[in-house]
This record gives sequence, structure tokens and C-alpha cells, in this order.
Amino acid sequence: MIAEGGLAALWLAAALAALQLVLGIMGVRSGRTDLLAAVRPVAVVQGVLTLIAFVALIWLFVTVDLSVALVAANDASTKPLLYKFAGTWGNHEGSMLMWVTILGVAGGAVAILERRLNERTLIATLAAQAAIGLGFYAFLLFASNPFARLNPAPVEGQGLNPLLQDPGLAFHPPTLYLGYVGLSVAFSFAVGALVTRDVGAAFARAMRPWVLGAWILLTLGITAGSYWAYYELGWGGWWFWDPVENASLMPWLAATALLHSVTVLATREGLRAWTVMLAVVAFSMSMVGTFLVRSGILTSVHAFAVDPKRGTFILALLAIYIGGALALFGLRVGTVREGSRFDAVSREGSLVINNLLLSAILGIVLVGTLYPLIAESVTGEKLSVGPPYFNSAAGPLALILVAVMAAGPVMRWRRDDLKAVARRIALPVLVAALALLAVILLAPGIRILPLLGLVAAAGVGLASLAPLWKRNLRRTPLFIWGMVISHLGIAVSMAGMAAESAFTRETLVATQVGATHKVGPYIVRLDDVQPIAGPNYTAIEATITARRGEGGEPMILKPETRSFPSPQTETNEAAIKTVLDGQLYIVVGKPDDQGRWQLRAWWKPFVTFIWLGGALVAFGGFLAMVGRIRREIRHAPPPEFI
Amino acid sequence: MKAKNQRLILAGLAIVAIIGAALLAMSALKDQAAYFYTPTDAKRDHVETGRAVRLGGMVQGGSIKREADGVTIRFIVTDNVETIPVTFKGIVPDLFKENSGVVAEGKFQPDGSFVADNILAKHDERYMPPQVAGEMHKTESLKK
Repeated sequence: MIAEGGLAALWLAAALAALQLVLGIMGVRSGRTDLLAAVRPVAVVQGVLTLIAFVALIWLFVTVDLSVALVAANDASTKPLLYKFAGTWGNHEGSMLMWVTILGVAGGAVAILERRLNERTLIATLAAQAAIGLGFYAFLLFASNPFARLNPAPVEGQGLNPLLQDPGLAFHPPTLYLGYVGLSVAFSFAVGALVTRDVGAAFARAMRPWVLGAWILLTLGITAGSYWAYYELGWGGWWFWDPVENASLMPWLAATALLHSVTVLATREGLRAWTVMLAVVAFSMSMVGTFLVRSGILTSVHAFAVDPKRGTFILALLAIYIGGALALFGLRVGTVREGSRFDAVSREGSLVINNLLLSAILGIVLVGTLYPLIAESVTGEKLSVGPPYFNSAAGPLALILVAVMAAGPVMRWRRDDLKAVARRIALPVLVAALALLAVILLAPGIRILPLLGLVAAAGVGLASLAPLWKRNLRRTPLFIWGMVISHLGIAVSMAGMAAESAFTRETLVATQVGATHKVGPYIVRLDDVQPIAGPNYTAIEATITARRGEGGEPMILKPETRSFPSPQTETNEAAIKTVLDGQLYIVVGKPDDQGRWQLRAWWKPFVTFIWLGGALVAFGGFLAMVGRIRREIRHAPPPEFI
Repeated sequence: MKAKNQRLILAGLAIVAIIGAALLAMSALKDQAAYFYTPTDAKRDHVETGRAVRLGGMVQGGSIKREADGVTIRFIVTDNVETIPVTFKGIVPDLFKENSGVVAEGKFQPDGSFVADNILAKHDERYMPPQVAGEMHKTESLKK
């Protein structure tokens, strides 16, 4: 009954979305207050119903109800509880239901919380939100029903892909989806503002927390995804330019640009049309991301579904939403009032350059990701675009971008003097020059990109602190701290990437038990190899002692090779030890006929900085959000709650 | 500066940036688009040596040989038309086996062989790189 209940809730939610759209359109057209007033409660109830449907699916997974086809295909009674729970969204249908649920709940939250925006614009926003929801409801109900029954029910389920059985991955997709959907709300705000021709600071302030929230979650999701790939796939890499990674990077790039331009609109009334355009682009990118991951046209670690019908469905949705929004934008952009003016050398100017560079990088990633798909559909030739393309095309632009990032925050709004700006960033430039000298002296023969990366990290790291210079630190607003910490996080990440790619040491041997080998500053010894049993797998576990130099403290590492019976798969579990200046990363392979074990060990200096930086970036965003919300509450009249 | 001019300048800058990005992307794509090769493509296109590419196909039955050092393996990648000998130093993925799909990342050597620095095997039994699947299908249907 739970499954039927969930399905019923989903149908009802879809019907309410249709009602919300119709009421919204009629209300905005006629301006009748009774119609306008009806939209908010409908949005709230719609959100509650999606939540009920989602909880029902979680319930089916946790209790392993094998009479439901989706559960039988992706769950197993032997699975640890966390993965039964997370398995709910570790598959196509479940993840789409999660998408719709977050969308519905977000719509409800807008309906309850948003009080600053003009009523008509808000209702138009909710109508746009309902229109997005309708497409996804149709997709779920007609093409990917998560509650479909299976008759007869099997005795045991097929389990979850072992690569996905990892705590990191249990929380990674929800994080990204929350980000995607946050951008859909920003998109709805943009559509709402275009409909009522009300593009201004109030609209930007209403949209900003959603953009900021989406951006924080995307940052966390990308960081976590990168760390997952690093330790779980056992290749020691942290970014593969996999299309699925790009699918989350592209909305992030757009959201980053939007975050900066929305600030200009909210505080300086500038960049009106551009901000609306970016909101459309950002949501388009999360749709493209959903399309790439969910359509089955990609073969990737993360893409589960292989069903052309679904791909066509999402592609159609993509065309309708993006096409519709662009058409509306084209029709209305002429009526968007001119924003405030500013000089080329100004904070606004630097943010425009930031936006252009981010857009250009976004374009490069988009072209590289979609080119193989388009080429195949046009010429029938299958080809793939790899890391060499992305690195060589996006790398230089990213370096210019961080240089702009160093100078931008020390510029004044509206107009500034180039000489004064130069004086303000003289110290960071000097530090970067010293870093250049130091790296060339200490690490001769370093490749150009890591070299520039280290130098830029030093300069940007210092420059990011510049806005705090001569300020009373305790009275500095939180959102300034947020900006400073986020920018510092970028520098920290960049330092990690550069150090990892320049100074990693690798040792690859076939070793006997008891033999020692050197990797970077460490001496590793294979002590023992034993079979062990896990909750739903068996494994070979090696015990390895690592010492830093001859007299160093011993560290024990235990890499495993796991065999899962259902579905039958083997995975390598790397053993990773984190120390202050880096990570020791060890993978054990198969034995050979002479009783030797393959052992691959990496010493990766400062590699943790990559994700530490990502976490800092997100934390900065969080501080900014708290700061903005506090300020709003302090300055706004007390809300009249429904 | 007049407001109108500023808008024009911004629009101009945006167009320049987009064209610049497109040019960068196109030139990089021209070099790198053919990133994935089947043995047949590789023989036909004479891939320049030293460029990082992917080679995909099936591991030929009975072709895997292990060197004495325990970490170097040699095997042959085939698409049932052409074959390329591959050398790889490292731990092969768990699903790397004979008569099974494989993608090797690495460089072609002057003698026509391939040195891989990474082996990507399928992640589960259903996975096959689309290019390999397509090429296999083509050759299978040619034989009939």
C-alpha cells in the first residue's frame, strides 16, 4: 500500500502544480487578489505531497519491499542500512523523484518565506516554478515511475553497484541536486521578474540567497565528488574531466558568475539584463547536467540509465524551458531599465571581466562535453574529448581569472584609479614574484602550469586578505569575511593542485612479504596479506608499515581488494594516510605465481589542500549567507506570517 | 562615457570574449578531438607519436604476457580487424581480462606499438565504451 500511496501523492502533487500554474497565470494577468492569494498555499501543499512520495520510497527501500521493481533492482536485504537508505537515490527513478521533491519543497519554502518581493512578481515566480515542476512530474509519471510493482516479487534484490556503496556517495547526489534545484528557483525568479518587468534590486536580493545556497551546495558536491573519485577509484587522480563531473562543474561556473553579478545588481543596480541572462544560463546548465547524467547517452561511472526514450524526454524539457526563457528574455530585455553606470576601472568592471572569463570557461567546458554527442549525431562518428583539450583550453583562462580575483576586491565601486589599485596590490604581486623565484630555485625543471599555479596561489592567497587591511576585524561585516575566506580557499585549492601535480612521487613494484620500498620520503614494508570478510563482501587485506626515513614513527596502512557477490564486482580500496604535508596513498593488486604482490604507492605532497580549499570556499559562502540574512532581519520590518 | 556607449562596449567585450573562447576551444579541439582510437582508426590515421590519446578495443584472447618484474604486462588490443600491441606498467583494474573491453590511455610509439599509463576497464559487466561497442558492431556485421 505504501507504494500506491506514494504514487497517489505524486499524482496529486502534479495536479497541484498544474493548478498553481493556471492560477498564477490568471492571477498575474487579471491582478485579482483572490487568485493571487490562492497560489501560495497551493505551492506549500504541493511541496508537502512530494515529500510524502519521497518518504514513501525511502520507506520501501529501508524495508526492502521486493514487490516494487525499483527496490528489487537496486536494493538487497544484506545491504548495510545506510546504503538501503541512500540506495533510494542511487538509481535513475529514485534520483529523479528526489529532484522533484527538492523542487516542490523549495517552491513551498519560497511561498512561505519570500516577503520582500512585489506580490505579482512572486506569484509569477511560483507559476514558473510550477511549470518546471510539471515537466519533471510528467517525466516521472510517464517515463520513470519509481513505484511500479514487480510480479512475482523476487526472493532477493540485485543490490547496489559496490562503487556506489560509500558514505561519500550516499550524501553526494543530494548535495548536487539541492544545488541544481536552487538554481531552478533563481531561474523562476528571473522569469517572474521578466514577466512583470520588475528587474531590480529587490528581485536581486530575493534571488541572492537561493543562488548563494545553490552555489555553496554545488561547491561542496564537486569537492566531495572529487575526493570520492580520488580515494574510491584507486587511480590517485582527483579530476578526470568526466562528462558527469563536467555536468556539475558547468552549473557551478554559471552560478559563480551569477553570484557575482547578482551582487552588482543588488547593491549597485547595475548589470540588470546580464544578471537575468545568467540566471537563465545557470538553470540551463543544471538542466544540461541532468540531461547528461540521466539520459543514458553517456557511458560513465555515474550514469545508470540506458534508455533513449528518457533522453528524448529530458531533451524536450530542456528545449522547452531554455527556449521559452530565452524567448521571453528576448521579448522583454528591451524593457529592462538601464542599470547604473560605472567606469571600466572599478569593482563593477572587474566583476564584468570575472563574468566574461567564467562564461568563456563555461563555453569551453560545454563545447568539450557536448561536441562528441553532437558529432556523433551529425556524422555518426564516435569520438571523445579528453583532459588535454580541457587543460589546454580552460587552464590559461583560469589563470587570468585568478589574477582578476586578486585585484577585484580591492577596487572601489563605480570608479577607481588604476595607480591606486596598483599600489594596493603591490605587496601580493611582490610576494608572487618572490614565490616565482623560490620555486625556480628550489624545484628546477618544474612544468609551466604547476609553476604558474604555485605563484598565483601565493599572490592570490595574500591578495584575498587585502580587503581586511586596516579594518576593525570585529566589526567587519560577515559577508566580507565570507568573500575573503572563499577567495583564500581558491588559493589554497590551487596550491594543492599545483603541488600535487608537480611533486607527486610514485613507486610501482611486485613485492614479497617482508620486503621494503621507498616512495618519496617514506619507506614502506609489506608485512602481511590476509583474507577478511565484510558485511556484504569478502576481501584480501594487506598490512603495510610505512616510516618516514629509517627512524620514523611506524604508520600502519591496510589497503584491500574487495569482491562483491551481488552484483558480482571487485573494487580496490586504497589505504590513505594523511599527514601534515601530504598523503601517502597505497593500492594493492593481485598476487603473481612467485608469491609477489603488486603494490602501487604514491606520496602526494599537500594534496589535501585541494579539498580543504573547496571546503573553505563553501564555508566562505556560508558566512556570506548568514551575514546577508542577519542584515536583512535587522533592517526589515518584522514579517507578517501567513 | 555615455550610457549607450557603455552598453555597446560591454556587449562588444562579451562578443570578443565569446569569440576568443570559441577560437581557443576550436583550436584545442582540432588537436584533441580525435582522442579516442580503435586499432583500425590508429592504423588508418597514423596517429603522431607522443600525443596523449585513448586506445580502445578488446583484449585479444591469449595475448596477456607478464614481465619478470611483476608489474609490466603486454597484451594486444584488437577490434577484430587490426591489432595493436600495448605495454602497461601498473596494477590492472579488476575487470581487465582477455576477450573483454578495454580502454588504454597513453601514447603511440614510433614502432606502432602503444605504451599505456592508465588502463580503464569497464566498471561492471554491462559497461562497454560506446566507441568500442560501435566498432565491434560494425566489424561483426561486416563479417556476416
